[in-house]
Amino acid sequence: MTQKQTLFDKLWAAHEVVRREDGEALLWVDRHYVHEGSFHAFSRLAERGAAVAEPDLTFAVADHYVPTRAPRKNIANPELARMVRQLEDNTATHRIKLFGLDDPRQGIVHVVGPEQGLTLPGLLIVCGDSHTSTHGALGAYAFGIGASEVAHVLMTQTIWQRKPKRMRISIDGQIAPGVAAKDIILAVIAKIGAGGATSHAIEFAGSAIRALSIEGRLTLCNMSIEAGARCGMIAPDAKTFDYVKERPAALKGPAFEQAVDAWSKLTSDEGADFDREVALDARHIVPHVTWGTSPEHALPVVATVPDPMKEPDPARANDLRDALGYMGLHAGTKLTDIAIDRVFIGSCTNARIEDLRAAAAVLAGRVSKVPGLVSPGSSAVKRQAEQEGLDRIFRDAGLEWGESGCSMCVGINGDIVAPGERCASTTNRNFRGRQGPGARTHLMSPAMVAAAAVTGHLADVRPLLASRKP
Amino acid sequence: MEKFTRLTAAACPLDVANLNTDQLLPARYLKWPRSAGLGKVLLQDLRIDSEGRERPDFPLNRPVWRGAKIIVGGRNFACGSSREAAVYALYDYGIRCVIAPSFGDIFFGNAVQNGLLTAVVDDAAVAEIIATLNGTPDMPITVDLEQQTVLCGNRSYRFAIDPACRLRLLNGWDDIALTESFRDKVVAFKKEDAGRRAWARPVLTK
Ligand code: SF4
Repeated sequence: MTQKQTLFDKLWAAHEVVRREDGEALLWVDRHYVHEGSFHAFSRLAERGAAVAEPDLTFAVADHYVPTRAPRKNIANPELARMVRQLEDNTATHRIKLFGLDDPRQGIVHVVGPEQGLTLPGLLIVCGDSHTSTHGALGAYAFGIGASEVAHVLMTQTIWQRKPKRMRISIDGQIAPGVAAKDIILAVIAKIGAGGATSHAIEFAGSAIRALSIEGRLTLCNMSIEAGARCGMIAPDAKTFDYVKERPAALKGPAFEQAVDAWSKLTSDEGADFDREVALDARHIVPHVTWGTSPEHALPVVATVPDPMKEPDPARANDLRDALGYMGLHAGTKLTDIAIDRVFIGSCTNARIEDLRAAAAVLAGRVSKVPGLVSPGSSAVKRQAEQEGLDRIFRDAGLEWGESGCSMCVGINGDIVAPGERCASTTNRNFRGRQGPGARTHLMSPAMVAAAAVTGHLADVRPLLASRKP
Repeated sequence: MEKFTRLTAAACPLDVANLNTDQLLPARYLKWPRSAGLGKVLLQDLRIDSEGRERPDFPLNRPVWRGAKIIVGGRNFACGSSREAAVYALYDYGIRCVIAPSFGDIFFGNAVQNGLLTAVVDDAAVAEIIATLNGTPDMPITVDLEQQTVLCGNRSYRFAIDPACRLRLLNGWDDIALTESFRDKVVAFKKEDAGRRAWARPVLTK
């Protein structure tokens, strides 16, 4: 009898080129995404005079350094211009397809891959970026790597890995209205911790996951890395196949049917073993926000700022005190009493079309009490949103409608949150200084950011949605 | 890549959980080439205040730990962003080994590619080492990769490390050369796979 396999086991086995006795394996890479930050790796190639092994499996996107609220034709900031030019030069030298600033397909790498149909079920995907875990939402084995590994993949189209442990996170039950994929993943991270899934490959399963749209699944897998996971994934199903079928790079006719046959087998066998199982009841998940400086500092929005005095573990108590100090908060404050200075809607976590629709649904006919920026996840999302008139809703609410890129998620294009300012943000990292030195970030879903915008403080979106019903 | 066998040096405690790579190297330095000297901006925003002054209470600013070659960190050390430049910053500052209860996976992989040893010891041992260092800051500690031990004062702690990573570090091996030795297997895999998973080739080429 053959051994029962998990989804991850199957993906791993399909990519194993060599398995060494010490447990490491050389894996074949189906897609390699690169961006401006991959320059260290290209320098490595130049030093060795090496070529790119499989340029046709490598795709580049300009996202991290591109201006999102300034002209993009002739980038004024010379450092940003240099970073984008460097990527253009490197990809031209090695004949790699680049979705550059003038390409209508440009956007954040983790939005563009699935959107264009480059990300498919069953693929092994790497990128020199930790949020590569996003692509697992379609049933791919996708993970972030460092510059040395990027250079290795460029030169060999393979990567050495030790097989991670397998963890299943099952979420069953119906999600309540006003609760988004972002709330699910924040609840998961709050439960298992920012290092809770270290050295594990997560498979998200259960009825609540199957009920999520592909875009919601992308949000969920995107933040697997914030729980420390090597990757996150969801078994592909009919929704996945429908999504993939409509992409620009979709396979056609019998080729697509054959692919679906193969993809349909990508599920964990009944009774397959996981190294760890975690379960959450979807009915108990409510809108979440983070209050501190790690994604594990997430709480239901109806809660209060935690009290370090009540934390028995002294190291953790210290950790809480530090976070409170940086965030300028006091124990016991109601989260909904925390006033904000600005909002940001964007990033590879939450800037796809559904995200923008969810935020617009709250903002329509209302005005934001604070300034803010909306940066669509890709140029295609931007066009779609404009067709639907969402840009008007954001503008009418007083928010800025920007271009697509990483933008204020990481601030390296200059769009930063000022020191001491408090930002309600749809991004994935509330690290100290993530959105700029001294910036204070509160993570939440797009609808929750919209609720914070219209009230001027962290707020539960549910009453704002309920009051919409006729 | 330089080999790592045994090191005796000053060790600086950084008793912070989830110290992420954004902290080790803030994003605004990511565009710097390594030759610009990433070591000087290691942990910049924790070491230096907003007025540009050194924070005297930050451990790495204390004269006794300024030249440390070892860092003793908290759980989930260097989680977050995949930026390998965080490893460059540590290494170029002079750090050759980080001891912690756990590490971010991507950082762990990046470290070994650059000759930086990541030694995993349990929570209790890390707490003891940090307590010892706080009591006797100028006492050097010894990390022995062959023996997989950390010697701190009169105590010896065993540390865990992936055997393949240990060999890489001990020998200063580079993965590219290793992979090249399997070239035939890669070529054969690619050929077979093209038949088995024809759908895996991207259609978009223009
Ligand atoms: S949007 Fe943010 S998290 Fe996503 S790739 Fe860009 S910088 Fe990274």
